[in-house]
Amino acid sequence: MPTRELFIAALVVVALACATRAQAQSPYGIGRSATPAEIAGWNIDIDRDGNNLPAGSGSVSRGHEVFDQQCASCHGAKGEGGLGERLVGGQGTLATPKPVRTVGSYWPYAPTLFDYIRRAMPQNAPQSLSNDDVYAVSAYILNLNDLLPADATLDARTLSAIKMPNRSTFVGDPRPDVKNPACMTAC
Amino acid sequence: MTEPTDVDHDPAVTSRRRFLREGGALMGGAVLAGGVAGRDALAATANADNLPPNVPEWMKTPGDPMGSQLYGTPSPFEKSVVKNIPKNLPQYLSASGRTPLQDLDGIITPNGLFYERHHGGVPTIDPAQHRLMLHGLVDKPLIFTMDDIRRFPSQSHIYFLECSGNPVYKKPYGKTASDLVGLVSCAEWTGVSLKLVLQEAGLQPAAKWVVAEGADAAAMTRSIPIEKCLDDAMLVYSQNGERLRPQQGYPLRLLLPGFEGNMNVKWLRRLHVTAEPTYSREETSKYTDLMPDGSAREFTFYMEAKSIITRPSGEQRLSAPGFHEISGIAWSGHGKIRRVDVSVDDGKSWQEAQLQDPVLTRALTRFRIPWHWDGQTAVIQSRAIDETGYVQPTLAELLAVRGDNHYYHNNAIWPWRIAADGEVTNANA
Repeated sequence: MPTRELFIAALVVVALACATRAQAQSPYGIGRSATPAEIAGWNIDIDRDGNNLPAGSGSVSRGHEVFDQQCASCHGAKGEGGLGERLVGGQGTLATPKPVRTVGSYWPYAPTLFDYIRRAMPQNAPQSLSNDDVYAVSAYILNLNDLLPADATLDARTLSAIKMPNRSTFVGDPRPDVKNPACMTAC
Repeated sequence: MTEPTDVDHDPAVTSRRRFLREGGALMGGAVLAGGVAGRDALAATANADNLPPNVPEWMKTPGDPMGSQLYGTPSPFEKSVVKNIPKNLPQYLSASGRTPLQDLDGIITPNGLFYERHHGGVPTIDPAQHRLMLHGLVDKPLIFTMDDIRRFPSQSHIYFLECSGNPVYKKPYGKTASDLVGLVSCAEWTGVSLKLVLQEAGLQPAAKWVVAEGADAAAMTRSIPIEKCLDDAMLVYSQNGERLRPQQGYPLRLLLPGFEGNMNVKWLRRLHVTAEPTYSREETSKYTDLMPDGSAREFTFYMEAKSIITRPSGEQRLSAPGFHEISGIAWSGHGKIRRVDVSVDDGKSWQEAQLQDPVLTRALTRFRIPWHWDGQTAVIQSRAIDETGYVQPTLAELLAVRGDNHYYHNNAIWPWRIAADGEVTNANA
């Protein structure tokens, strides 16, 4: 077989392999690649271990200032609740007839606090706080719940290290858990 | 209540038209106050000139011309049939509005009456500027425009959607069917299989969850198990034939048939493929179910079988003894409704109701049963059984297991009490 034909045959094989690979990856060829910078700009997900927490830090005292300015009008001066949810207290009440679910009593993971405040708070201007101020407000709310000393400063490492009191009480879905015998007559 | 603007601003509006509108307003008030009997009462006070043997005035002059409503609206006489919005909430940005189930027939919820629940208000999104980003444990992170999404092979399915807190377990219980379980609606959804979109990016072996994020002011985030994403999950852009309403996630939402409403993320802008759930606030602090022992269930996705009689139902009134059809809706997140039983004697005996075809998986199913009301006090109720054999429980059965601090997934039977004067009230209230 002439070299030229071998070369063409080899090209065809390579082209087929490429086509097959491309098809396996993108069957329809719809959409464009997302760049790392685009993903970094949009991906604000923080998991329970604190992965993807940004650089920066904030102190309880700075958090107190930010809370007074940005949060207290809805959540109360000490996080006792109002227009917004109660954030403080309730530890030890979950198994009582009147459970009080707050960050301190119910939230299982501390990094979720950063995730939620950054993405959704304050309600009138979400995603407006600096990362430092989100750390600071998180620190202050944890301090109000006696989960952080008043002189503490939070960053990615220290926030991820906090063990929330209610972290181990969540269980999976056991349903169907309620049985109705479906009586038809003389019930 | 507001008039349709294209009628109000029509300079050719006639006095006849104004009469109709004013009549509609009167009637609206009567219907709100008196339910079924309200309509009958109004009919009794109608202008005799329009009743037999006379020819009604609307036959003696031409009606509105073509184009008087560029987007059709209901008759002015139906202006009381609107979303049921709670009064006196501290704020309306994170709130819910209910479908008036007792005023609707069939299984499809009109788009304007579909229930709403949002966590940071309803955003106004220009579809030309909307993007869906798909990233994480994929071979090729992708960004899609809305035009891109609509290029994928499409599909349409009828599915119900239900908020998981519909209703809560604590008193006071609602007065109407809408008050009780109006956070359920059903529509034909059109979009693309999520599986196709994920395959476009190439899932990596470690991919077990997909974190979905909305483009609203709450950037609402939920983690979806990969099994659901590769099964019947859809990315939806149309509802009942037209583009999604803003309240339903325009221009793009996630639709997870049978899963609690909150997971069906609206205004969808990002899908993050992960190995673990993200444990967002909405799947830890909220949408978890507190048990009497202080433990809490998490990742309780499916909505279990449920039904309610919508006619006659709370705040309606049976006008007279005699024949009345009992009608309602049933649904299950686990598949098709197999059977609906109805009791008209306070649960002492039950009869199988007729199911209206088509009976579709994870869709509302209409049931009916004929009934002769003898004019005595009665308690009527319905009980759904789905294709898994699961039977809708009573409220007492639910409370015995879960307690009343459980907040979500209340699928109790709701009995209606009919008084001797025909007034219908919630028998559990």
